Amino acid sequence: MIDFDAVDRALIVATQEGLPLVPQPYAAVAEAIGISAAEAMARLRRMQDSGAIRRIAAVPNHYALGYRFNGMTCWDVADGDIAAAGTAVAALPFVSHCYQRPRHLPDWPYSLFAMIHAKDAESAEGLVAEVAAALGDLSRGHVVLFSTRILKKTGLRLS
Amino acid sequence: MRDAASLSPLDRRIVNALQAGFPICERPFAAAAESLGIDEDTLIARLQALREANVLTRFGPLYDANRFGGHVTLAALAVPAERFDAVAEIVNAFPEVAHNYAREHRLNMWFVVAAESVEAVARVLTEVEARTGLTVYDMPKTREFFVGLRLEA
Repeated sequence: MIDFDAVDRALIVATQEGLPLVPQPYAAVAEAIGISAAEAMARLRRMQDSGAIRRIAAVPNHYALGYRFNGMTCWDVADGDIAAAGTAVAALPFVSHCYQRPRHLPDWPYSLFAMIHAKDAESAEGLVAEVAAALGDLSRGHVVLFSTRILKKTGLRLS
Repeated sequence: MRDAASLSPLDRRIVNALQAGFPICERPFAAAAESLGIDEDTLIARLQALREANVLTRFGPLYDANRFGGHVTLAALAVPAERFDAVAEIVNAFPEVAHNYAREHRLNMWFVVAAESVEAVARVLTEVEARTGLTVYDMPKTREFFVGLRLEA
């Protein structure tokens, strides 16, 4: 948890829906909250350096890009193997997110989650096989859950 | 919604380049445009079009809620088919629910809850259980493994 003040908070609220698409977006945001452009940029840099801002970037809609097979691959990995397994999976170039999450035995033994995105079922299957190969004996079982519908998607709201 | 096939080579390059990051400087679009070999106005116009077409769901700072004392979790439900839409409506009604996906599994509804504290997230999950009568499987990330951003547009 980092220190952030009322001005940071105003800056977050003003930008969490996105940056304005104008030539000087940081100046526009700064003006809206009553600070200078230089101060807004300094604060954003500080938040980026501290990890509070993961990055400033475009987030693509995988479906709109033609990636219709978005699979959440879930692997049963022993707790002691999780660091090696997570590092190996995250290194695969097609994995977009990789997390350890708690199991819920007996229904849900899977502890390592990796998201894959493919344009057709066959490619998706190939990617899952590559993850399985990267894990080898570290995986004791897995399931792949494809999304069939986006029921809701908004940005994470901080305020 | 457009298909990848309808994205121009320029749009693909823009999406690829800006997924990785966007500079903090006085004229960031001009800087990003220069490395793409286009001009500032063209980049802004293409980004507007990509946002409107929902090819980009967001463009801007991506905040890590955990760093602000906030809490995020991934939760799952096993929803009987005949109640699926009604349960989706209940879950989606919470402003703290940021994403919700239907997935093919006995656990067929997976949603992300983000709020300002662990307690606030727990309240949402308890409330979802109360309103749906279903068990919530709470799966907050316990560790993140960092990946590069190499998704091809």
